[in-house]
Amino acid sequence: MKQLDGHIPPGPLKEKWTTYRSTMPLVAPNNKLRLDIIVVGTGLAGASAAASLAELGYNVKVFTFHDSPRRAHSIAAQGGINAAKNYKNDGDSVWRLFYDTIKGGDYRSREANVYRLAEVSANIIDQAVAQGVPFAREYGGYLDNRSFGGVQVKRTFYARGQTGQQLLLGAYQALSRQVALGKVELYHRHEMLDVVLVDGKARGIIARNLITGELERHSAHAVVLATGGYGNVFYLSTNAMNSNATAAWRAVRRGAYMANPCFTQIHPTCIPQSGEYQSKLTLMSESLRNDGRVWVPKKVEDAEAIRQGRKTALDIPEEDRDYYLERMYPAFGNLVPRDVASRAAKRVCDEGRGIVPTGLGVFLDFSTAIERYGKSRAHAMGIHNPDEATIRRLGEQVIEEKYGNLFEMYEKITGENPYKVPMKIYPAVHYTMGGLWVDYNLQTNIPGLFAIGECNFSDHGANRLGASALMQGLADGYFVLPYTIGVFLSNEIRTPRIPTDLPEFEQTEKEVRARLEGLMHIGGSQSVESFHRRLGKIMWEYCGMARNAEGLQKGIRLIRELREEFYKDVYVPGRMDEFNPEMEKAHRVADFLELGELMCIDALHRNESCGGHFREEYQTEDGEALRNDEEYAYVAAWEWTDLGKDPVLHKEPLVFENVELKTRSYK
Amino acid sequence: MKLTLKIWRQKSPDDKGRFVTYQVEANEHMSFLEMLDVLNQQLIERKEEPVAFDHDCREGICGACSMVINGQPHGPMQKTTTCQLHMRHFKDGDTIYIEPFRAKAFPVVKDLVVDRSAFDRIIQAGGFISVDTGQAQDGNTILIPKDTATEAFDAATCIGCGACVAACPNASAMLFVSAKVSHLALLPQGRIEASRRVQNMVKQMDEEGFGRCSNVTACEAECPKGISITNIARMNREFLKAVFGSKETV
Repeated sequence: MKQLDGHIPPGPLKEKWTTYRSTMPLVAPNNKLRLDIIVVGTGLAGASAAASLAELGYNVKVFTFHDSPRRAHSIAAQGGINAAKNYKNDGDSVWRLFYDTIKGGDYRSREANVYRLAEVSANIIDQAVAQGVPFAREYGGYLDNRSFGGVQVKRTFYARGQTGQQLLLGAYQALSRQVALGKVELYHRHEMLDVVLVDGKARGIIARNLITGELERHSAHAVVLATGGYGNVFYLSTNAMNSNATAAWRAVRRGAYMANPCFTQIHPTCIPQSGEYQSKLTLMSESLRNDGRVWVPKKVEDAEAIRQGRKTALDIPEEDRDYYLERMYPAFGNLVPRDVASRAAKRVCDEGRGIVPTGLGVFLDFSTAIERYGKSRAHAMGIHNPDEATIRRLGEQVIEEKYGNLFEMYEKITGENPYKVPMKIYPAVHYTMGGLWVDYNLQTNIPGLFAIGECNFSDHGANRLGASALMQGLADGYFVLPYTIGVFLSNEIRTPRIPTDLPEFEQTEKEVRARLEGLMHIGGSQSVESFHRRLGKIMWEYCGMARNAEGLQKGIRLIRELREEFYKDVYVPGRMDEFNPEMEKAHRVADFLELGELMCIDALHRNESCGGHFREEYQTEDGEALRNDEEYAYVAAWEWTDLGKDPVLHKEPLVFENVELKTRSYK
Repeated sequence: MKLTLKIWRQKSPDDKGRFVTYQVEANEHMSFLEMLDVLNQQLIERKEEPVAFDHDCREGICGACSMVINGQPHGPMQKTTTCQLHMRHFKDGDTIYIEPFRAKAFPVVKDLVVDRSAFDRIIQAGGFISVDTGQAQDGNTILIPKDTATEAFDAATCIGCGACVAACPNASAMLFVSAKVSHLALLPQGRIEASRRVQNMVKQMDEEGFGRCSNVTACEAECPKGISITNIARMNREFLKAVFGSKETV
């Protein structure tokens, strides 16, 4: 084990980024024209980075496995994006956003990175507005804000419940503009299957053309991975069906370190699972907790009656309802951070008070808000002594303006009208804080290989706050990487264009081909999907919302057995040299089967509870996470060795010079 | 529920293609795509080739899913994508026809998968505001009336799925193009390039082989995001203004 260096620039926290940015080596405009960069992924991070790099003059090649860059899963982000604008005059500042994020992440992220993120947050909003992103406005024409979990200010900018869509379209359009200008070459329906290293530097990728099945070699002076998170290792998650870890995992297999893989976020407000056939879970934005109150019945008998259909939520009188978040965490109430809210939901369901047939569900109730808004709108309209129906109608109107599309989506999926009966929700896997280890420049330990957005581990520690994923993706892509990549590229200005007939390209392509052929030739009897489902169940059971040493050991064993079975008995239909979604899935699941094991190993080694990583052995008397700062205030970066061999742990100590490590309290 | 599916199978762009009949057992809580997942599992178990279809977020926002169900793009429910369509809207014993989006500008890749990159090229032709990263001033220096922001947002919610094209007897892309033209033309930031934008986008739309608009309005009826045909009227105005009233012709 060696200690890792995050290359954090010296100087006071508040000046680090400004000073660094002003003194870092630059690449002159004429040299930028001679440098090629590959960007893999076109979500918020990838699209914004590709556009910004092309604007600077670099030659950019962009890859997406979708049919269009606009389909990347950032499109599905609902609630909003944080920025320290202090437009609400409520005491927000760069420092406060920084502090909230460090605290929200349970003190497992780097001070310098998070501070930089908070600093550039305001620029993102400006950039997006200039691109025409239609953020919500107040009547005076000014930008509107709302509140999100884990904070006490209103700093979240939003575009109804479709903020991710609007921000991604902004970045996609900026990218499209560069495609038209010839500065970006766009490769759609292309999937990266390996990274090519030449003399220890990342110099290209092997990509599969998903239409023809051909393997292609693409070279560049640097490679940027913006390939998102690995939540789909759990099979059921709020991720899109095709979101996968292959690009990142292949980088790990080539020597990149995977940092804190066990830090996964379980989002408290998702639509509960309804059956075995289910393919994915759907998120109901955290913004709903601004107005929705979470509750379960106080009495187990009532919960049982609801589960059996003998009673409904409306039959439970006010005094028999347990608004458990408000009871347990009065200071933040329903807006506690995600990890805290999720665990609380699990706890009340474990007590037998869950309200869906599976027992795994709680209510999210808008009736109080509907009444409050209804009264206030009636007042504003000059209606005195409004009757109950009027209040209800007006209140529902306000709720529809704020969350209309979410309510519609809920009704489509469940067939229930959430204006009339409370929503039913349960936690689900949503985001992965862990990811490729990167230094302050967002460069992995492989020179020339960068990772941005959810794909890296950098800013969220052990738990991400709501509306911070969009912020980080765009911060990395618009305002950080375009600068920091220059530190590497300034040393490459004499490197001519990288030829793709180098032996390294040939060798890597050969290995990729062998891997794919291997999968095709197994010819077993079970589908890829069935293995994925089984892996997901193991992960959820033993590496999910609560973990313990015994379970994790069992999980590791089960994953190894499943992997062996996979390579003996999986069946992949069709051919390699054609459009074949099943074969795409097969190699993604093969990689999940390795990553899942590493997640368990990481979770097992971290003998503490922090953020989304809750080890049952380490909790306070009242069931809260018990951190161990003495021994675990570090980033765990894992180096791959070989299948069946233990990975090597590298530690990057987390040094806190500006904040005091405290027990996180939202009470 | 027991269902009979008549699904369009086409091995490749050159293959002629045909309907193939399948039987599948579903339940009412499944989404339409989950029902197809079940079918594909059966096919794989029988070592037959599964049906290829585009899909990703399964939340109605990415715009990937794209099939025509019983003659309607995204099926019978209004303002609903295929992935959000649930089987409770079908009955036991139903026969369901499933086809790809059909349009000259959307060639079939395989089975129900079509190539919609023409949409990307239309956006590349002008569907953006020319601002480089770093140029923007404070967001609140551009004030936008709430109603204008709402109208622009309504146009911007287009998910680029192409249902409008599939619904149109002329395979016209007017609703898609006009939604982007409107979104940007309504905002003060977008006014500056409005004239060039509309001309360039319309030109590209024509080059891609989309048909003309003849006011059938099936596009609006089938749009899963409820994009209004008012946008087409606005685009026509913008276009005429640009061609006849502006010095910037392209």
